[in-house]
Amino acid sequence: MNRALALCAAAALAAAAPVPPAAAQSKPPAVERDATTEEFEKFRAVLEEDNPAELFEAKGAELWKTPRGPKNVSLERCDLGLGPGVVKGAYVRLPRYFADTGKVMDAERRIVHCMVTLQGFDAAALAKQPFSNATSTPDPVVLTTFVAAQSRGMKIAPPQNRPEERAAYALGHDIFFYRAGAYDFACASCHGEDGKRIRTQQLPNLTGAEAIRSYQGWPGYRMTGGVMHTLQWRLNDCFRQQRFPQPQYLSDSLTALLTYLAVNARGQVYKGPGIKR
Amino acid sequence: MGEPMKIRAKLEGDVLDVRVLMAHPMETGQRKDGAGNLVPMHFIQTITAQLNGRTVFQADTSQAISRNPVFGFKLKGAKAGDKLSITWTDNKGDKRTDEVVVGAG
Repeated sequence: MNRALALCAAAALAAAAPVPPAAAQSKPPAVERDATTEEFEKFRAVLEEDNPAELFEAKGAELWKTPRGPKNVSLERCDLGLGPGVVKGAYVRLPRYFADTGKVMDAERRIVHCMVTLQGFDAAALAKQPFSNATSTPDPVVLTTFVAAQSRGMKIAPPQNRPEERAAYALGHDIFFYRAGAYDFACASCHGEDGKRIRTQQLPNLTGAEAIRSYQGWPGYRMTGGVMHTLQWRLNDCFRQQRFPQPQYLSDSLTALLTYLAVNARGQVYKGPGIKR
Repeated sequence: MGEPMKIRAKLEGDVLDVRVLMAHPMETGQRKDGAGNLVPMHFIQTITAQLNGRTVFQADTSQAISRNPVFGFKLKGAKAGDKLSITWTDNKGDKRTDEVVVGAG
């Protein structure tokens, strides 16, 4: 009796401290194949050949090395986690802990951090229009597209060595399963089990290796409106769809959620900026 | 002065398969902004392709084309080392030319 209780307690403890799914790390996600999915994939393949995201990638490459901002310096000394100026492979190794800020940061957050600290841009002014619209694409979006493209074909490998990084994963896990709002919704309501869909849209199960599908294609060129969007925008929109209050741009919560998704997607190959409906 | 284009030119035999990605807002003149005002027309009017300085392709285009459009066409008789340049002009008089050297098939 006592032993059974102790076992229960052990199980409860294990559930309380979320750990990345171990089995999921290298196995490619099993996707339900049907005619609709295959037609969508053909459609996407045609569009990916000439993806306007490339235009933003080229523009971002220019922005990266151009001296700008009040301090008139380029971002070539920006440390994305692999040392100052190293861009190649940085995107797939984020979010990670940065000793200079004492925080876990995702790619876009770190880029904005560099724009503020190195170039002297005003963080509040940048946060005024964080997302693209019909007439303008903010610089952090263009830069994130460039940085992401430098990790094309690489495996997602966010570090989990530091306690801060593990804490971000645990917080992200909690946010993912947190039910609230007008619809009593959580991320997990749609993305917590296999084989769900909304109309023809298949919903990936982001609690396992299928979490790669939350990273794949982002930053993405959205044909609806012809605008470029990053994961910061995507997560913001997830909360809007759940009727949650709007999350703060570049906040700890979004970094935590991105950490949760990236760690779940570990070992999967990132294909670079993509194209979306 | 528009933003750079992405030109891809692939040689298959003596046929050059060209794909051009252009950065342009392509406003139709029908869309309204947040304040309810019409956004003025702004679209690419002509596209010209030149191979070694000789015009080989010309198109008059309208506002019915999407933002950041892709143009593709095939060209016979090109060879490796040829210079292919693409120029667009829009209704506001803006203009952009980009050039690539055709690589071996």
